[in-house]
Amino acid sequence: MAMSVWAPALWAVIETYDFDTELQRKRYHHYVEELRCPKCQNQNLSGSDSAIAQDLRRQLHRMIMDGKSDTEITQYMVDRYGEFILYRPRFQAATAALWLAPVAMLAIGVLVWWRMAAKNRRARNAPPELDAAQRRQLNELLDGDDSQGASSGRGEP
Amino acid sequence: MQRVKLFIPLIIFAVLAVVFFLVERRVQTGDYSPTALPSALLDRPLPEFSLTTLKGEPIRKDQLLGDVFLLNVWATWCPTCHYEHPFLVELAQRGVNIVGVDYKDGKPAAIKWLEDKGDPYTLTIFDPEGTLGLDLGVTGAPETYLVDAQGVVRFRYQGALDAKVWESEFAQLYNQYQSKGAVQ
Repeated sequence: MAMSVWAPALWAVIETYDFDTELQRKRYHHYVEELRCPKCQNQNLSGSDSAIAQDLRRQLHRMIMDGKSDTEITQYMVDRYGEFILYRPRFQAATAALWLAPVAMLAIGVLVWWRMAAKNRRARNAPPELDAAQRRQLNELLDGDDSQGASSGRGEP
Repeated sequence: MQRVKLFIPLIIFAVLAVVFFLVERRVQTGDYSPTALPSALLDRPLPEFSLTTLKGEPIRKDQLLGDVFLLNVWATWCPTCHYEHPFLVELAQRGVNIVGVDYKDGKPAAIKWLEDKGDPYTLTIFDPEGTLGLDLGVTGAPETYLVDAQGVVRFRYQGALDAKVWESEFAQLYNQYQSKGAVQ
């Protein structure tokens, strides 16, 4: 069972590609991490052994060796597989909610925190005034406490 | 007010539960599939290509145009294609124009498959490297594209094309674009 779970990860990338420069190698590795395998939903190209991921890696290598720019490569992938293939989708009307939701949530969080903090500060700075009835009650409590303390006989010589 | 605030987490939970339940039900009834992606080619022209057919004749995109057709991506290594094949033969007998794309396959195996099981394709494009598949945005086999007479992709279906899928997804579109193509 453990074998069958781990096996795909072990096979993952079987082919090796040659690059002329370090930059080409870096760009390739950046793209196989950033591009999503269209077949397997939640794996990137580097982690997938599906036929389509192999083809896309080969195509990616070819485009990098041909000196294609990042914009050209990204556009090539999106033209074929849609925004889905980008783990970091570009900012568009359709992806706006995706990009803006975290900012909006943070803003709501900050707003709530700020209001709660302001309320706390107000409460601490201005101790509540007691009305006449409350004052009487307080005095009674204090007096009662006093007499109780006396009647307990604690500390009497 | 303070009371209502206490129930906010419960309300959020209830709303999410209802949303998830409804989505899950759509998945189960087949209305929605999380793995079915919209094709990036929709309402765009079929990509250009220059390959050969299974018979070895050169084939280009221009030669396919002029009538509505289905472009069916298949391979002998694909079990779902095996299941799908008899219905394609039936569709071809009804007069539907189907062009095959033999995707990342071996030629002898593919020719034998068509000899054994019947050949529903007006012609089969041989795509051993998967280059046409890549340009089509194929994620696997089988996939079926509906292409109109002008060569514009109108619909893409991922998975086996059977009678039920044909009736619910393809038939109306196919008739619609066929009558449109005839008028022009």
